Amino acid sequence: MEAAATDSTRATPGASALGVASPHYGEKIIKVLLFSAAMVSVLTTVGIVASLLGETIRFFGDVSLKEFLTGTEWAPLFSDPKFGVLPLVGGTMLITGIALAVAVPLGLGSAIYLAEYAKPRTRRILKPILELLAGIPTIVFGYFALTFFTPTILRDLAGLDVQIFNALSAGIVMGFMVLPTIASVSEDAMSAVPMSLREGAFGLGANRLQVSMRVVFPAALSGIVAAVILGISRAIGETMIVLVAGGLVPNLGVNPTEAYETMTAFIAATGKGDVPTGSIGYKTIFAVGTALFLITLLMNAISIRFVRRYRQVYE
Amino acid sequence: MSGAPKSELLVGSVIPPASRGAHLRDIGFRGLLIASLGASVLVLGTLIYTVLEDGLGHVSLDLLTRFPSFNPKIAGLESAFTGTLWLMAVCAAFIVPVGVATAIYLEEFADNTRWWNRLIEVNIQNLAAVPSIVYGILGLAFLVRGPISLGRVVLAGALTLGLLVLPVVIITGREAIRAVPPSIREGSMALGATQWQTIWRQVLPASIPGIATGVILALSRAIGETAPLILVGAATFVAFNPTGLDSGFTALPLQIFNWISQPQPEFKLLAAAGILVLLSMLLAMNAMAIWLRNKYERKW
Repeated sequence: MEAAATDSTRATPGASALGVASPHYGEKIIKVLLFSAAMVSVLTTVGIVASLLGETIRFFGDVSLKEFLTGTEWAPLFSDPKFGVLPLVGGTMLITGIALAVAVPLGLGSAIYLAEYAKPRTRRILKPILELLAGIPTIVFGYFALTFFTPTILRDLAGLDVQIFNALSAGIVMGFMVLPTIASVSEDAMSAVPMSLREGAFGLGANRLQVSMRVVFPAALSGIVAAVILGISRAIGETMIVLVAGGLVPNLGVNPTEAYETMTAFIAATGKGDVPTGSIGYKTIFAVGTALFLITLLMNAISIRFVRRYRQVYE
Repeated sequence: MSGAPKSELLVGSVIPPASRGAHLRDIGFRGLLIASLGASVLVLGTLIYTVLEDGLGHVSLDLLTRFPSFNPKIAGLESAFTGTLWLMAVCAAFIVPVGVATAIYLEEFADNTRWWNRLIEVNIQNLAAVPSIVYGILGLAFLVRGPISLGRVVLAGALTLGLLVLPVVIITGREAIRAVPPSIREGSMALGATQWQTIWRQVLPASIPGIATGVILALSRAIGETAPLILVGAATFVAFNPTGLDSGFTALPLQIFNWISQPQPEFKLLAAAGILVLLSMLLAMNAMAIWLRNKYERKW
């Protein structure tokens, strides 16, 4: 208390800490001002939904919902336009799947090591490396995928016959972009597992592997699921890596050595040029954006639910 | 311990008797875990090495004092660099007051039993997970065209980035405000200060380091964002510096993207040089955040 009191006097230089009390209606005005600042974020959501919905409804005035959701060809800007969104969804899923195949095992492995094995000193050195990886702009990952990973690793080292733009390179590099998210959220979940559970297991003669995999992992499972879902949502929403390295070819196949187009890449590639307001090209940006927004919103809702569950158990 | 309900996991056959094989598996497992962390280290190392190898030869004062050009020999990123500085300054001027005011409102004033306050919180959580390209769509539909119709100008770009990183400022700001112990507030109120006087003279000064760290982190996320700027930024190349809020602009990540998209290999090397400039700015910002945190962090 003593120390706190001195600190707070230091925090307000000048003679009197209080000055003359102002009338209280001033406080009311300030509260209203602060509340309106808080409303900016609510208005952002309203703005996002309104901008997406308005044009999307106009889009479905021109294109039937059935064609959009079940059509297998995506060529909105051709003279004979096709509006089947499945190739974009398929490309997004394929690249997200590849990214997860990299990020889930490596991310969880890193998290288990940091939470269960590493000494405090090792943790202090290794954690910033993951934070650094998380802080790298995605355009840099895109550059890396296009100019190094595809030609040097996939073609020369692995000897794969990949196209210049391909799902494999974009997916693997995206995996490393998503990895820190999965590692840090699931590490938090594992660190939240009470020490007594580990001590109990060690007391029964378990080794570290058994404690990690049979006690800590299941106990932190809801947090780990939340981490993976968050990773999926980041992978689906990622634009630059797929725009730079994934190609812009709508493709409903599953061969990862070919070029694909994702929902995000389509939006960026179409919105880059000056598409006239009201044109069908302009409206497709919003229709695809709505699909993207709904998918990530759903993922986030599921993830929040899982995070809440593990917090309730242990805190 | 509140974790007691989970302890049924430990009974029975979960832990088999120790054996030599179990010990070897433990060692093997440890190796796998280290390898999975090693993969990230390897990728990060290779990435930085690649960019340095490609770009270091092209980083020079010329790079920063020349405008973009179709000729890679004389192309530079002056307009992108100044554009990024403009964006960051305007973005900061927007997120600092709005973000801090929101954090103060939620921590000091909001009554959590009211549905609208809970709505604000859930909303901020959700906004943090919206893909950045969707903010680009918002910027395009509302700021560049539509109701506000600013055009593809600095103000539209900065506001789009600001809305994108606002949740970061709010979330870290709230943590910084929460870290100020209630005894400080009670002491101030007991001396006759009003709630706002308490916040303005006690709580805010004490939480400024934490808030500043959050703002820097938010800006370091904004500075590398490319996707939203593709939608609200300049469509073609910009060979002039922005002169005001209403002037057209390009930015470092946009210029890097344009150069990556060029077919000539010389432009790829310029892109690498641009990436080095971007990464150094990021590094400087993060170093500043860490320095702030260490210098002013205090335990109550």
